This record gives sequence, C-alpha cells and structure tokens, in this order.
Amino acid sequence: MQSAAAVITGIRKSFGQNTVLRGVDMTVPNGMVTVLMGANGAGKSTLVKILSGVHAADSGEVTLLGKPYVAVSPANAMRSGVVTVHQSINDGVIPDLDVASNLMLDRLAEPGGGFFLNRRKIQREAREVAAAIGLEVDVKASISDLSLADRQLVAIARAMAHQPRLLILDEPTSSLSAAEADRLFRLIDRFRDDGVGILYISHRMSDIRRIADRIITMRDGQISGTFETDPLDYEAAVQAMLGHRMTEVDIQVPDAGAAVLALNQIRLNEFATPMSMDFHDGEVVAVTGLVGSGKTQLAEILFGISTPHAGEMHLNGQRFKPGSPGDAISSGVFLCPKDRASNAVIGDFDIAGNTALPFFTNYSTLSFLSRSKMHMMANTMIDGLGIVCQSDRDSIGTLSGGNQQKVMVARWLSENCRVLVLDEPFQGVDIKARRDIGRKIRETAEGRATVVMVAELDEALEIADRIVVMSAHTMVGDHRNENIDIGPVLSQVAGKITSHHAGMS
Amino acid sequence: MANGTSKPEAATQSAKVAPKPDAIDLAIRYGFLTLLFGLLIFFSIFASGFLSAISAVFIFQSVAITGILALGVTCTLVVGGFDLSIGAVATSALMLSAYVMVIWEQNALVAVLACLAMGALVGLVNGFLIVKTKVPDLLATLGMMFLLVGLQRIPTEGRSIATGMTLPDGSVANGIFSPAFLALGRHRFDFVLDRLVPVSVVFLIVIGILVWGFLELTRHGRLMYAIGSNEKAAGLAGTNVNRYKIVAYMISGVLASVGGILMAARLGRGDIASGNNLLLDAVAAALIGYAVLGAAKPNAFGTAIGALFVGILLQGLTMMNVPYYTQDFVKGAVLVVALVFTFYLSQGRSRSGG
Repeated sequence: MQSAAAVITGIRKSFGQNTVLRGVDMTVPNGMVTVLMGANGAGKSTLVKILSGVHAADSGEVTLLGKPYVAVSPANAMRSGVVTVHQSINDGVIPDLDVASNLMLDRLAEPGGGFFLNRRKIQREAREVAAAIGLEVDVKASISDLSLADRQLVAIARAMAHQPRLLILDEPTSSLSAAEADRLFRLIDRFRDDGVGILYISHRMSDIRRIADRIITMRDGQISGTFETDPLDYEAAVQAMLGHRMTEVDIQVPDAGAAVLALNQIRLNEFATPMSMDFHDGEVVAVTGLVGSGKTQLAEILFGISTPHAGEMHLNGQRFKPGSPGDAISSGVFLCPKDRASNAVIGDFDIAGNTALPFFTNYSTLSFLSRSKMHMMANTMIDGLGIVCQSDRDSIGTLSGGNQQKVMVARWLSENCRVLVLDEPFQGVDIKARRDIGRKIRETAEGRATVVMVAELDEALEIADRIVVMSAHTMVGDHRNENIDIGPVLSQVAGKITSHHAGMS
Repeated sequence: MANGTSKPEAATQSAKVAPKPDAIDLAIRYGFLTLLFGLLIFFSIFASGFLSAISAVFIFQSVAITGILALGVTCTLVVGGFDLSIGAVATSALMLSAYVMVIWEQNALVAVLACLAMGALVGLVNGFLIVKTKVPDLLATLGMMFLLVGLQRIPTEGRSIATGMTLPDGSVANGIFSPAFLALGRHRFDFVLDRLVPVSVVFLIVIGILVWGFLELTRHGRLMYAIGSNEKAAGLAGTNVNRYKIVAYMISGVLASVGGILMAARLGRGDIASGNNLLLDAVAAALIGYAVLGAAKPNAFGTAIGALFVGILLQGLTMMNVPYYTQDFVKGAVLVVALVFTFYLSQGRSRSGG
C-alpha cells in the first residue's frame, strides 16, 4: 500500500494577471485527515478545483497512489477515485429530481449505461448508499422538499458512493447542525480507518479540533506551514495562515445602559414558548443556537419582515410594530441579513453604492444623488473597517468574501441607529476579517443595542457582553460573558432541558 | 485577501490589482461606438447626400417613436422586468386619440390627456398583475398586449377611424383631427435650416435626457437598478420594491402612449394597421443599448444610441439602394452582434478580472 494518497508538486495557476497558486507542494497521506486552512483568497478553492478536474493547472504534477494523475473533467476525476464534496449545496444536488435519482446521478451519467431506467433497481441501490452514511430520508422524496441540511447530506452521500481514494471536503459543515456534522465526522472517521486520504477544508476551529490529524496552511497561493505534532499546535497554524498571532479577544463587559428594545411574551410560532428579553444601550448581545433554533425568525420580526405569533415589542418605551423593513429602518432598527450574496450584495453597484443603499435619501438633494457625499462616507468606512480595495469605486464583485462582508456591515454602521441586528455577520469570512468586523461593532456599540446572531459559540464569546441561547424557537439561556462556564451554554444549545424551562425540549 | 498586515498597503500586494485595459476591454467599452462612427464615415463617403443636416434629421425622425418606446421599456428592464405591451399601448393611443377627436369631437388637449391617462392606467394594471398577483412579467404584459390589440378594434368594429366614416349606429363621424394635434406630427422647428427639426425629434431628445437623468442621477433611478440587480437585497435595505416596479411599468405605459400620439399626429387618421413593428424595434434598441460602453445592463444612453444605430444603418443602406425588404434582416444582425458583445465578451472580462 502506498503511504500517500496524493503528492502534489509545484502546482501553479493564474487567471489572467491574477496569479492564484505560486508553486504548491503538499502530500495527502493515506488514512489521515489533512486539514487545509487558509484565509479567503489564499488559493484553497483553486487547488481543490484543480484536483477535482474543474480547472487545469498551468504547471506542476499530481501523483495519485504513485501514478501520475491529470483530471480533465469532474467526471474523470471521480472515476479516478478523487471525490469532492463542494461547499455550495446546489452544486451537489438537482432540486427537481427525487433523492434516488440524485444519489445515482453519476451512475446515470456514466457512458455505457442502459437506455431505459430501472426505477426499482435505482431506488434499491440508493437506499444502500443512504444507509451507508446513516441518511434517513425517503429516497422517493423530491430534493426540493428536503431541508438544507438534508440536501447537504444527500450531496455528500452521492460523493461517498464512489469508493473514494482521495476524498476532498470543501467546508462541508457550513449548513449542518451539530448533530448532523457529528454524523459526517463519524463517517469521515470510517473512511480514514479504511485508509482513504482525506483533504478537509474549513474555517471552523471546532471542526478542525474534532477531525484533524495534520494541518497544512496556505497563504498567498503557497504553503505557509505544515503541522503534524501530537497534540496539534492550532495557534501556530492560525499564525502561519494569517501571518500574525491569534490573540484572545479581551471583552470588557460594560454596565448595561437603559433598555432600548424589550420583547414581551413574544412567540415566534404557535408551538413556541413565549420569551421576554431586554436589550440595553451600549450592549452587544450574541444570540446563539443551532440552525433552525429561531434566530433568523427573531431577526425577521425585529426588522418587520414577518410578525410574531403573539406578544409585543417596545422600542424606547414605545410600542414597536414594524410593517416592513422600511418601517423598521425609519424607527432606527437595522438588520444586516445573513447570506450576503442573496440578501445583501447589489452586484451591479460599486462599494460606495452598496454602502449607501438604504440611506440614499441622506445623500441626495431633491432626489439627485450626490456622488461626492457618498464617496466621503464610503472612504471613512473603508478606512474604519480596513476594507482591502483599490478605491470606493471598485465593483463589489471584485472583492473577496471577507471584504464584501465588511462592506455589508459598513452599510448598517454608516448611520446611527437604536437597534442593530446582525445575522451571521461572520459567515464565510476569514479570521482577520472577522476580527476587524467584531472590533468595529464593539467600538461603535455606544448609543444603540446590538444583537448578533451567531451559530458558532467561539464567535459569540469573541464579540458579546451577554450571550443568549435559543433552542426550539425560544430563549433558553442568558449568560454574562465574563468568566463564562461553557458547559451549561453548550447543553442549552444542544436543547437539554434546563431547570428554568423544564418541560420543553 | 490573504494578507496578514492590517495596513491598507495590502491592496497593492494583493492579487486583485486591476488588470490593464487590454484589447478585449477596449473592444467591450468602445467597440460599438467605434462601429457607429465607422458606419457614419463609410456612408458619408459612399452614399452621396448622407452627410447633411436633412439626412441627419431624417434619421432622428425615423427612430423617434421607436426610441421613445425603447426608453420606456428600458425602465422596466432596469427593475428586472419586461414590457411586451408597449407596441399595443402605442397603437391603442393612436386609435384612442382619433376616437376622441373624430367621434367624440373633442379638442387636442383632451385627446392627449386621454392617451396619457390610458398609458398610465395600462402600466398600473401591468405593475399590479406582476407585483400583486405574481404573474411573471413576460406573461402579464403579453396578456395585456393581446387584450389591447383586441380592445382597440371593438368600438369601430375593426375599421380605421377617419372623418366622414359611418359609425356602427349608422350616423356619420363629423369630428376632425384638430390642427393643434396635427402640429405634433407635422410642425418643424427652424434650426440651422428653415423648418428642419420635427416635433417628434425634440420629444425624443427631451425624453431621452429626462429618462437618462432619472435613471442615472436620482436616488429613485439607483434604487430601480438595485432592484434589478438583487431584488431581495434591495427590499432588505428598506426599498419599497413593489412601488418602484409599478412606477417602472407606468413610465413605460406613458412613454408608449406618447409614441402613439406622435404617430397619430403624423398619420392624421386612426389607422388600424399601423405600428406593427414598434414592439420589436423598441426592444431591439434597448437590448442593443446593453452593448454601448460595455454597460452590460439596460441604460438610457445605450438605448438612444441603439435606436440611432439602427436608424443610421437603414438610412445609409437605403441611400445606397439596398432594397427595403432587407431591413429586418439588418436589424436582426445588428441585434445579434450587440448581444454577443454584451454577453460573450463581458462574461470573459469578468472571469479574468475576478
């Protein structure tokens, strides 16, 4: 048996003038999980795309189990035993088909298959594939009826059906709950025990701590570090990835000011337990909980996108009942929504236009927009958040993910408000951008109540004065972020019954 | 960016240094305008009489009504919609103005106001169908197109309207097209030469500047572009998406009715067979506009250039004795080339730049 699943030597790749990979050398051993870390734009995705046959390398070699390997297409890579699970779920499934067809799709697409479908055979094989990873869905169900997490698992199951020799997972847990992620990790453990070489790309420290045998870090299109000690030196890895040390963020919890926003017996849906909560002036509150715990619904009722099933809200002591986002904004309640690509970014606009969008009225005289006023504001924001760009006239599409997210946060920091809600502001951003955004949110917190929805506890600990835990569409815990005991927080996140809310799960 | 330093100088080291404008970039930005000037020079040399004020005005006049309609459809394209009913609105306005003057015997002002109100109403209904009943834009406006084409024939039992015609009830229509109304189609302003510039050309230029200013310079225009680019994001930034969409269809309806009024004033009768090509010509002009200056999106300046481009080409070819029946072929060819400019070349650009 070969000791290395894949050996990569001297891979280079440019897109036009943009050199993305500058000679990458790395080894992915058999029977180990090699975690690949790197900030946004370091070249991880490009490397994955070369290995999985999406792009061709400009130069360099890859050997797979000792034999030279060049993938000319994704299907070709898959047949050679290089199986990739991509980050974007919709790349992995076809929503209009049923689960069985999705699981067997590559079989259907293979040349030499029969002309007519044998539905029963396909469904039987699909059930075997699903059972192998413990996926419990009806194989006749349509993908479009499944939850996001189930779709992701179907995409993963589909890739797993190929007896991989080199398994590449590109941020596979980004939309999975903890329990679902755990199921995936157990599956990865099994492949590792079978001797498969695994390359795992992730931003999430909790994933990395759980799964990594070795860590390789990338920076600016090159390998910047390899870590194989036992135990692994995570701090050094982060340092190698960023080029500076990860510092513990020091939170000074201020004394809470007056209550700005009060929730009174709010019920998010007809089954949810009512919740009441005050958010205070100058305070940063992290609302944490699993995907589906009701964080986003809470953000939506605060911003007037939907209405609560029961209960009322008060803003500055007045009844607050926004009928639309426009309503909420004029009352001084802002929401920076999650999933920036579909909910926030205006692809046709430059940085200045994207930042000023909700407040065009403030930059115009008799409806005529003043470019110079917008540019002044945008440049202040670019400096304040450290947005890496040529100028504020850069099209938003030319920025990396982290910088795009900074622009989206800048949009809502550019005006004063009473309540700022940020839904997953650190989604898909590297640690440096995350620190920049977190620091700016805390710096500007005076004069408003800030509510940050985050699924990752690390992120909550990094930014908040107070951590509120949500589970089953209600609030189940409230912790001051000072000498915090993680144990109870975790069990509340996981939906364990607490004495305070005994009787509900 | 993978840079560890927190200084803005990181920008200069980053891999995203703006690429120098290469041949393709230049071709995308200026290719279409260069082609336009090339055509002008070519026709000036080879088509005698092409390079004259009268010829220029003739070109403008030939595209004035199409251009006005195209500016309207541009507004709906900006919000990510489409208005297929513009041609039918224009012919309805043509018939309505004739009906108001010839059969109801009203004056020019009443006729004009009736047409504008009709255009606004059609736009309102279109917008309402699209934002409230969620009928897809193409289907809603296609339905409206059919409805209007049919409706305009009902009052006269499918006949054209002219003074002296016999009405369905047996009486004779005694009204006339008022001279003030006809002046909209026939008056010419003195400019360089006596009686050179027709009213329709002035309308085209004024409306073009207004629509351009509205879309490019006002916050309302920018919000409409935001809606077209990412409707959900615009809504989450507090924009009243539905209101702007309805406004866009109303602008389109009103401008189409202006086109119909100008057409009626030129013809001097309610001709049932006029305006067959208006919809396709207007849509083509707006789509050709995508290619101008590499905008790759609907824009008022591009639309105006798109309309002129077609006008120049047809005028030049006609003066070089190319037969009239090749005109649609020529327009189609221009449109296809422009679409290739927009979609193929700019797609390559964004790939290499991103």
